[in-house]
Amino acid sequence: MSVLDLRSLSKSFGGVHAVNAVSFAIRRGEFLAMIGPNGAGKSTCFNMINGQLAPDSGTILLEGKNIAGLAPRDIWRLGVGRTFQVAATFGSMTVVENVQMALISHAGEIYRLWRPAASLYRARALDLLAQVGMREAADRPSRALAYGDVKRIELAIALANEPRLLLMDEPTAGMGARERHELIQLVKKLVVERGISVLFTEHSMDVVFAYADRIVVLARGRLIADGDAAAIRANAQVREVYFGTGKTFAGAVS
Amino acid sequence: MTLNAFLFQALNGLSSASGLFLIAAGLSLIFGVTRIVNIAHGSLYMLGTYIAYSFATKIGGGLGFWGGIIATAIVVGMLGALIEFLLLRRIYRAPELFQLLATFALVLIINDAALYIWGPEDLLGPRAPGLRGAVEIFGRRLPSYDLFLIFVGPAVLLALYFALARTRFGRLVRAATQDREMVGALGVNQAILFTSVFALGAALAGLGGALQVAREPANLATDLIAIGDAFVVVVVGGMGSIAGAYLAAVIIAEVKALCIGIGVVHFGMFSVNFSKFTLVAEFLVMAVVLIARPYGLLGRPQAAVRSVAEPEDPIRPATPLLKALAAVVLALLLCLPLLAQNSPYLLILGIDVLIAVLFATSLHFIMGPGGMHSFGHSAYFGLGAYGAALLVKWLAAPMGVALIAAPIVALGGALLFGWFAVRLSGVYLAMLTLAFAQIVWAAVFQWEELTGGSNGVIGVWPPPPFDKASVYFLLALVLTVIGVLLLRRFLFAPFGYAMRAGRDSALRAEAIGIDVKRVHWLAFAVAGCVCGVAGGLFAFAKGSISPETISVGRSIDGLVMVLLGGIQTITGPIVGASVFATLQDMVMRQTEYWRALLGAIILFLVLAFPQGIVGAVAQLFGKRRKGQTP
Ligand SMILES: Nc1ncnc2c1ncn2[C@@H]1O[C@H](COP(=O)(O)OP(=O)(O)O)[C@@H](O)[C@H]1O
Ligand SMILES: [Mg+2]
Repeated sequence: MSVLDLRSLSKSFGGVHAVNAVSFAIRRGEFLAMIGPNGAGKSTCFNMINGQLAPDSGTILLEGKNIAGLAPRDIWRLGVGRTFQVAATFGSMTVVENVQMALISHAGEIYRLWRPAASLYRARALDLLAQVGMREAADRPSRALAYGDVKRIELAIALANEPRLLLMDEPTAGMGARERHELIQLVKKLVVERGISVLFTEHSMDVVFAYADRIVVLARGRLIADGDAAAIRANAQVREVYFGTGKTFAGAVS
Repeated sequence: MTLNAFLFQALNGLSSASGLFLIAAGLSLIFGVTRIVNIAHGSLYMLGTYIAYSFATKIGGGLGFWGGIIATAIVVGMLGALIEFLLLRRIYRAPELFQLLATFALVLIINDAALYIWGPEDLLGPRAPGLRGAVEIFGRRLPSYDLFLIFVGPAVLLALYFALARTRFGRLVRAATQDREMVGALGVNQAILFTSVFALGAALAGLGGALQVAREPANLATDLIAIGDAFVVVVVGGMGSIAGAYLAAVIIAEVKALCIGIGVVHFGMFSVNFSKFTLVAEFLVMAVVLIARPYGLLGRPQAAVRSVAEPEDPIRPATPLLKALAAVVLALLLCLPLLAQNSPYLLILGIDVLIAVLFATSLHFIMGPGGMHSFGHSAYFGLGAYGAALLVKWLAAPMGVALIAAPIVALGGALLFGWFAVRLSGVYLAMLTLAFAQIVWAAVFQWEELTGGSNGVIGVWPPPPFDKASVYFLLALVLTVIGVLLLRRFLFAPFGYAMRAGRDSALRAEAIGIDVKRVHWLAFAVAGCVCGVAGGLFAFAKGSISPETISVGRSIDGLVMVLLGGIQTITGPIVGASVFATLQDMVMRQTEYWRALLGAIILFLVLAFPQGIVGAVAQLFGKRRKGQTP
């Protein structure tokens, strides 16, 4: 059974069909990569799935329940975690407080007025930080971190509500090749342990081909291919799209 | 009302619309290009009336009436250029809040300058030559001068339209309004563009004020009334849109004229005097437009709001040193009644300071951690003060009951207004909160039967033993300490963290299940409630309450206190309020021109300590570790 099932999802901005009748599904425990040139509509897809944008038409089934048009916070409560293309954390809080916020919210304790927040769920937050390799930085202000580390914090935050589905929009943007592999390896390890399904976008083809269980390809808002690494490599239309942007698989893999 | 009377009122509305438009157009132009909301724009308008009066009566008929009007516009325009050159140029990159404060400081300075030059009396200018008569229209007599004013607005609108559409200057102004970076790319001398736009805006305000000289006396209260009206017009019309400004000026002037025209209406047993609701009507129009179209009728969404000066450090529990310091201060305050046995004045000052601390701390609660820059915190102070005073006046309620009612009344107001306010941000939020504060002020002012109107409520004295200053001081101390500690506790609790989360990144906060609007709304309510306690304490401390004490001025005082202490620190507002209240008291005792002095102090502080006193001290002691920010 699919965790997430997109059916004929569409969204336009003015005259631009950012996402045009896109359908695909994510199976339980699957590590699914979404690729496509800049402006293909990947972030728009993510924004519709997590509720930041309401789709113009189409349905988004999360384990059979249509969540299209719900608010981000409601979709989060249904077990969908997310990291952003431009990483977003709470700059005036420490690293561990960022994760604690997610845990406090998950426990439904946002409106508590008395107990100091810094004392709530700290051990659990530190544990999550340890898992993403950021335990040492726990008490530093999150705005003082390097960008790659912020992405790890976002991962820890996203794992806090024990999601069944994790959306990661360009989690490795701005990282060097080694760092990319390390991060994706880490993500893969964490989600396999927990049985979480993942949808992620990624520009580096060698990362995609090395780790993704399956790949969907978007171009100009349309889904043009859906299959495993070998099928995508062999797909003529996909090659054309990538040659058009000056990229070749050979170049990306080397 | 007959049809003729209705049409006549509509004409009256159109002639008022011209004046509103002239001032609002200048404000809007300046905001469009420089992104500064010039609170001193009403002061330039007021100066226009005074200077035109002097041209007409003192400097002699050399220029004639009309020559004097034109000369006034030029003089005020030059003054605007001077202000831009000497002051604004230094603060274009400063946080929004500081710009607003700096221009408010100018309001204080200009007001006292006018008091010094022209004295406190109202000055009525001569009638306009050639337009002294009246014309018979819709069966009533309309002054010819008002008829003339009806055409001034559209004429200036057309002139501005062609200047903006057809000239090189106009192209640059439009380019700068749409995209500031582009101006640099065009290789334009930005400094000259900004100065000339400010001069033009000032000249329009001066012209608007000068044209009033034949209609209404020059008066020292015009500045804040004019800027209040102009805010409403610009926000309703859309920031930066000249046509929007005219449209909004007409709508608002018409609504007001109709309120006056309708007069007293009887609904069975009740009779409602609509002419007393002009102020309320004006601000209701604004509230409705802002809810339906947050960027005004013809405005566009603003670019992302500029962030605060410096990112904020994580909050930490008080250090042992701070706790010890607080204990010492508290002990000293508890002993104050003993120490001050021979100078009761010290206790009165002490009570004022405590009330200011509570006021500023509650304002900081939403401004700092909530990121909502309210320009109308006086509303909740007023609701608390009047809530308590009216209970005493009408129901002879005991002080205890009145002091419990004060925060409840304020809470009600804050829940209502806050629900709207949290839907906006930046200057729009600032203006909406200001509008709500004006609604409260107007209601108090115009609902004479209940509130005593401009006379206020008197005889709100505390019963024994609280009639002794020393005992009342202790009561104020206890309530203030409880209020401050509660707010502080909330900030360290999940709720306070959620407020900051929503401010730091609404996107991320929503994505982890936080309902940001709801959290900020409740924060707004909590702050209003605590502020209501300050209002209640104030009413009993003074024995009376009047509309002046809850006016815009008090909201701005609160902002100054918070900024003085440093918006990014939790202890800041306590220090800021203490310093400000003491300073204000001292300055007021020294000179009749205390407003100007206060203005100069604000300007100095804004230019010298952009992080506030506590922020500057913290930096001095190296608490902010360097090199943390990337
Ligand atoms: N909020 C928006 N308003 C207008 N156009 C948008 C908006 N968001 C995305 N677009 C447009 O939609 C298209 C898809 O964008 P996006 O989903 O960000 O692509 P990707 O993430 O694949 O690079 C682009 O043409 C982009 O310009
Ligand atoms: Mg994208």
